[in-house]
This record gives sequence, C-alpha cells and structure tokens, in this order.
Amino acid sequence: MNILLVGLNHRTAPVTIRERLAISEERLGEALYRLTADPAIEEGLILSTCNRVEVCAVARETTAGFAALQRFLLATAPDLPADQILPCLYLYTGVDGLRHLMRVASSLDSLVIGEPQILGQVKEAFEAALRHKTTGVILNKVMKKTISVAKRVRTETEIAAYAVSISYAAVALAKKIFGELNGRAALLIGAGEMAELAARHLVSQRISSLAITNRNYERAVDLVQALGGTPVPFEDFVARMVESDIVICSTGAPDYLIGVAEVSRVVAARQNRPIFFIDISVPRNIDPAINTLDNVFLYDIDDLKVAVEGNVRLREAEALKAEVIIVEEAERVSHWLKSLDAIPMIVALRDRAEEIRSAEVEKAFGKMSSLTPEQRAAFDAATTAIVNKLLHHPLTVLKAEAASANGNMVLEAARRLFQLQSLPIPSGPEPPETEASACHPPPDQGD
Amino acid sequence: MIASAFFFKATLLFYLLGTTFFLLHLWGRERREMSESDRANQGRWSRRFAIGVTAAGFLCHTVALALRVRVANYVLFADRHEALSFFSWAMVLVFLCVEIRRRIHILGSFILPLAFLSLVSASALPNEVRNLNRTLKSTWLGVHTTLSLLGIVAFALAFVSGLMYLTQERLLKAKQFGPLYDKLPSLYLLDQWNATAILTGFPLFTLGIISGALWSQYAVGVLWAPDNPKQILAIGVWLFYLMTLHGRVTIGWRAKRAARLAVVGFAGVVLIFLTLSP
Repeated sequence: MNILLVGLNHRTAPVTIRERLAISEERLGEALYRLTADPAIEEGLILSTCNRVEVCAVARETTAGFAALQRFLLATAPDLPADQILPCLYLYTGVDGLRHLMRVASSLDSLVIGEPQILGQVKEAFEAALRHKTTGVILNKVMKKTISVAKRVRTETEIAAYAVSISYAAVALAKKIFGELNGRAALLIGAGEMAELAARHLVSQRISSLAITNRNYERAVDLVQALGGTPVPFEDFVARMVESDIVICSTGAPDYLIGVAEVSRVVAARQNRPIFFIDISVPRNIDPAINTLDNVFLYDIDDLKVAVEGNVRLREAEALKAEVIIVEEAERVSHWLKSLDAIPMIVALRDRAEEIRSAEVEKAFGKMSSLTPEQRAAFDAATTAIVNKLLHHPLTVLKAEAASANGNMVLEAARRLFQLQSLPIPSGPEPPETEASACHPPPDQGD
Repeated sequence: MIASAFFFKATLLFYLLGTTFFLLHLWGRERREMSESDRANQGRWSRRFAIGVTAAGFLCHTVALALRVRVANYVLFADRHEALSFFSWAMVLVFLCVEIRRRIHILGSFILPLAFLSLVSASALPNEVRNLNRTLKSTWLGVHTTLSLLGIVAFALAFVSGLMYLTQERLLKAKQFGPLYDKLPSLYLLDQWNATAILTGFPLFTLGIISGALWSQYAVGVLWAPDNPKQILAIGVWLFYLMTLHGRVTIGWRAKRAARLAVVGFAGVVLIFLTLSP
C-alpha cells in the first residue's frame, strides 16, 4: 500500500493550464468516481482550488498508481495535449507525499504564506471524498492527521499572525495613531480598487463617517452607494479634511493635490488632533513634505509596502518552524502506513501455524483414542501455547521492523522463511522518494 | 530598623533586575518571531520574569516602608530619602495595577528605570529615622507630604506617557515599524494617559500646597515664606501644570504639544525633590 500524490500549482503551471484542469464542485463527484474506478487506485481524493489541483490516492503498486493518476489528469482536460500538462506535474510518494499534503493544508505552499482559506478547502475536499465514499482507512487517517497538523501549525507558530495586505497595513497604522477606530471620520478622495479596499476595511472597523469625493461627482455618488457614507463636492474636500481623521487619496491627478499650505491650515483648525493621510495614488497626490508637520502622518504606497514587508519576512521565519513540525508529523504517519504492510503477513503466519498445529493434533488424537476429554483439552492447550510462544517474538519484530527503512527486506525474509509465497507482494521495493517531474521547486522554498 | 534596611536592599536588587529585564524587553519582539521555538519562549519568559521580580520588589518595598512607619511612629515622607522611596513605591504600584488590568508591558520599561533611579537616589541619602520636634510633627505634615507626593507621582506618569508618545510619534513619522513600534500603545491612548494623569495630579498637588501652607502656619507661624526655594518652585510647577491643563481645554494643547509639556514639566518636579530637606 502506498500513498501517491500528483498535482500542479501556481508555481509549476500557468493559469491557462490550471483553469483547464480545475475541477468544479459540481463535477467533483463524477471525477472522484472516475479516479477510483481505475483498478490501480484503492482510495482517492481531489483538491482543486484556483491555485492548485492535487490528486491524492492510495495504490497497491506505486508505478501503476502514478500512471493511473496521470491518466486521470490528462482525461480531465482531454483537449489539452499531454506534453503541455505532464511537465507541470509533480509526483510525490510516501513520506514526501504526506509532507506535501501537510504543507499545502498549512498554507506553506500558498501564494501568500499563512493565508487562511486553504485549510477550509482541504477540509471540503476531504468531506466531498467522504460523501462519495472514495476514501478508506488510510486516506481517512492521513487526511484527519493532515488537518490536525495544519491546525497545530496555526496555533504553535505565528504564521498567520502578521498582516500582509496593504489595506490591512493602513488600518493597522491608523490604529497605532487613533487606538480603536470607531467614532473616527474618514475621507476618500478619488477612487481606485486599492483605495476602495482600504475604505472598506475602515468601514468594517465601524468608523463613524465616511465622506467620498471625486472630480466626477457622479462617481462619488456611485461609490457612496457601494460603501455607504456621504458624497462631497470635489471643491469642498479641503474644508472636509478638518473634520476627517483619516484621509485616503487615490486620484489620477498628475501632481500634488494636497500641499503643505492646505494641511497647515487644516491642522491649525483641528487644534492639534492628529490626522492620518494615506496616499495610494501613483504619481503621488500629496506633497511628502506635509509629513514634517506636527500631528500629520503621511504614508504613501511604498511606506505601506514596507510596513507589510517586515511581516512577510516574519511569516517566512514562522514557516521554517512549521516545516519542522510537518517533517516530524509526516514521518509519524509514514511510519504508521508502513506498519500496515506487516498486517497481512502476520495474519498469514498465524493462519499457517494454526493450520499445521490443528492438523498435527488431529493426527495425534487418532493414535491416542484412550484420552479423556480433559486430557485432550490439556494437549490442545499445550500445543497452542507452544505455537504462540514460538511466534510471539517473530511477530513482534515483524510489526516493529515493517515500518523501518529495511522493512521490505524483513517482510521478504519472513515470507521465505515461513514459505508464505501465496501472499501478495506488499508494495515492491522502496518506491522512489523524490518527485519525477523536474519543474517542481525544492519543497522548502516559498516564492 | 535592621529588618527595614534589609527589605530596602532587597527591593533595590529586585528593581535592578526588573529594570534590566524590562529594558531588554524593549529590544525583543513582543510576539514570538525568532525561528527557534525555544528562543521564542524566552521572550515571554524574560517578560514574566521582569514582572515577577518587580512584584517581589514591590512587596519588599511595602514591608520596608511599613516597618519604617512603625519604628518612626509618625507619618512618613518628611525628608528626601522617604519622599523618593515613597515616590518609587507609588510608581511601581501604578505600573502593577496597569499591568494587571491592561497588560501594556512596555510601561514597565519606562516606569521601572524611573522607580529604580529614585530608589537609588534615596539609598544614597541619609536614611536614619529622625526625631522631628513636636511642633513640626502634626497631621497636616502627613497630609501635605502625601498629597504632594501623589500629585508628583501623577505628573511623573504624565511624563512617562509623554515620553512614550514622543517616541511612538517619531517612529510613526520615520516609518520604522520595529519591535518598539509594535509594543508601544497608540498615540491616542498615550495622550489620554497624559491628560488623565495631569487632571488627577493637579488637584492633588494643589491640595498638597494648601495643606503645606496650613502646616507652615501652624508649625512655624508663616503661611508663605518667599525666601524658601521649595515653595517658589512648587508654585512655579503648579502654574506650569495649570497652564498645561488650561491650554488643553481651551486651545487644544493636546497630542504632541501636551506630550512635550508633560516632559518639560517633570524637570520642575525633579528640582522640587532637590530642594527638599535632606
């Protein structure tokens, strides 16, 4: 039995290929059945998000299993030629597969390290597979473990603790100046996706009022409908600044709209109350010199990026801690998986011994017809005890050694020693532990 | 008396440890960030240790002060040693209260050095219990010293929050988002502290001055001695804080200006300590 994983992600495949291979929720059931219908596949699970498609399976035979998974992915996008898909795939098996799965669920493999959605998506993928009954003992255990490891990573490291989005950084800065933001007034000058996002973030912090102004008054009214607040004529925005604690500026103007003279007047009118300017426009619309005025705090887009960059580095440092946890946990699950290989052997060995014992006991009873039932029972018990005692140590060693590096050798030796040739071969020689595809980056690299 | 001195020395040691660890805490990151998990826990461990030794020091200090009151059998804080010692005790008390309620650990990094310094100055001064003569010993003296010192403690807290405000303001302007920036509270909160501290300290200090004048009238027979530098300084400091308060209420002397004023005003408070009877 081996665990196999074939997939592609935002690093190995361009979006044009990812979108073709993506399996939507409606098609997931059909895909799961198609996957597990392949005789080489015992259990299967599909994780499909906008950044990745991962197919995880349990197969009796590694090579045949990988072939089946690749076949499955090629059939998912039949109109794409195989030579476009295959170079994007990474193939993992054994402990590497487990590690990859855990890294994905812990969002170490995500575009933004520590992003929270992926764990939910992994859970959904598992639930879908459970619903369609395409997982079994092994994948159920592996997935439960993977999800719990991802949770452990979240609680034991600070991988998600530091904000990494620009609009979040703006809110965090505002909080360092104003404390809680409820009751604060904000002014949005201009429009633009990022400014809108920042304004949305502020609204979610329950600011008391949001004024929106735009050279095109209609546009301001439109935005007010989307975000709430009040539209302000463009000519009045300087006057409006007096009442505003936070000013977000993002217009297409080619030069400074707000200069030192205006802001000095505003600050004087505000009686030293701090005012926080966020200039998201490029080229900038606010004269950087206003930052030298007392109680004025100006941040442009680069400053916000700097505020976030430190956090990106912190997340990366946290990711290293997470890798340690994952290596250890993957090793543990892999150990358990390998120990499963010994079970059929143990059962066969017991059966074989019992078969011999009962045959011999019957033979002996045939020769000794004068035995009382008590004597027969004692004879029976004695032979059973001999067999159990003889087998006890070999079975213990088999169980323990099956999970070790040379487990297959031990199993093979036992097979030969006890003549258990009829048993299926567990999983062949140790499978290749590295991915076959060249386009996959080293597993510890986040980009 | 020996017991009191022992506890006093123990307090000094504890505050020294507290100061050291709180200053170290300034550089470490508040949340765990270092790559190895054991180093990460160390950050928290050192902070807990700093708070622990500070609390232990505070208990020793309380015992030392209580023993001294019992021996002397009069209300304390008549000389510079006792005043500084009480000042230090009250600052740490405030810190511990804030620590329990709001967990703003960085306050310790500002208060503990101040408390330690004032306690060191106290230890350098003669500390034998003096026998005040009967006329000087009166309830008014106790009321005067206690109220004035509590006022001064509040001004010191305004100073501390002003200092923190100016630091955080500079970090925000310079866009340096280091560990110190993370740990310092918001400008708004620091300005609130400043306002609250002066608003509390000013009436206490006022009552301290009035009770001092009454005590002087009762003990020496003069309400106001124009040649006493302490009294002149106290009136100066009182006027300064009156101006600060008035400015905040009427013409918006808040935020950075208020922080600066609180820092400057504290210089006058330090001078008052220097003019106290040794």
